[in-house]
Amino acid sequence: MKKVVIGLGVVGVFAVYSLGIRHQNPVISKPSSLASSSSSSGTKSASSSAGSSPSGSKKYKDGTYTGSAVNVYYGNVQVSATVSNGKITDVKFLQYPYTHATSVYINKQVMPYLKQEAIKAQNANVQIISGATYTSEGFRQSLQSALAKA
Amino acid sequence: MRATELIMGMPITVEICDHGASDHMKQVFDYFRTVDERYSPYKETSELSAINNGLPKKEWSEEMRAVLGMCEETEQQTDGFFNIRHRGKLDPSGLVKGWAIQQAADQLCSKGYKNFYIEAGGDIQVYGNSLDNEGWRVGIRNPFNTQEVVKVIQLSDYAVATSGTYIRGEHIYNPHNNNRPAQEAQSLTVIGPTIYDADRFATAAFAMGKQGMAFIDQLPGFEAYMITDQQTAILTKGFEKYVVEAH
Repeated sequence: MKKVVIGLGVVGVFAVYSLGIRHQNPVISKPSSLASSSSSSGTKSASSSAGSSPSGSKKYKDGTYTGSAVNVYYGNVQVSATVSNGKITDVKFLQYPYTHATSVYINKQVMPYLKQEAIKAQNANVQIISGATYTSEGFRQSLQSALAKA
Repeated sequence: MRATELIMGMPITVEICDHGASDHMKQVFDYFRTVDERYSPYKETSELSAINNGLPKKEWSEEMRAVLGMCEETEQQTDGFFNIRHRGKLDPSGLVKGWAIQQAADQLCSKGYKNFYIEAGGDIQVYGNSLDNEGWRVGIRNPFNTQEVVKVIQLSDYAVATSGTYIRGEHIYNPHNNNRPAQEAQSLTVIGPTIYDADRFATAAFAMGKQGMAFIDQLPGFEAYMITDQQTAILTKGFEKYVVEAH
């Protein structure tokens, strides 16, 4: 359940990103399919709203569907989506770029000269946004191509 | 004026605040296309693909040799964490993006532009001032909610590169799995004088994990901001002087 929620949270973003809206206020309204935010709840209602996107009210046929591999410059992203009872119940990564696939383990102890803080949304206007966005687009494309078969 | 094009599988944006920029702006995008033609690991026609298919070294272009030399140098500088050899193939993508932004920015500088930025896939080089304020305000994206910005920094004649991923299979999608490590890097943002360095060092430091923060910290002029999968941020002390405080 959680998989889909976060995955689709990623999906909507790139479209907005590529329209250049990010140059204005970064706090923009969410697409309705992302009604419950991506990070916290893994509830049934969240996953059912995710299951109905990205193509609105379409109900998917049960099964497992493999998306096409999408070149995201740093590597390929390819996902498979499993649909049960018309809802996406699982999204698996078959491929993702190795440069960003490295598992990184950090010790619990923070180095003394480093500061640690909770992250918090900022409302200040920004002109540019830094972030690793490319895999998101590949994910969106591959997932869409998987669901096109469902 | 500002324009965005999708090249190398990612959006590239150029904004120039000085007058008379349109032709030169187009040249920047054309430049990125030529870089893609030569260095794409996915295009069969690229020189890189030819090399990976056995093109003899004596036929490599001078520029390719120089770029691969930079990769080698970076590998040494990062204790092997930066590595372009995978499954017997070369892939310098982790360096080429920052290098290309740098080249393009240098070209604009040489034509007299003083107030502009170039951003490719979240990596940024800024010069001078924006139309709205002194320097440029750069937001760092929240990897847990990509529509949110969690830090705002203000920079001039500086660069920002973020390495990481918002999608990493099991680690993200099974947040309640007890077997996972307590803290894992979700994204690592590096700021420094040039995007060439910020990008290649961000790539290497991300692979280093916590040691990556120490690695960036000891580089003069570079600072880092790491978001962990515990939704906390770790920052180098010097990072704070670039931060725009929330209102």
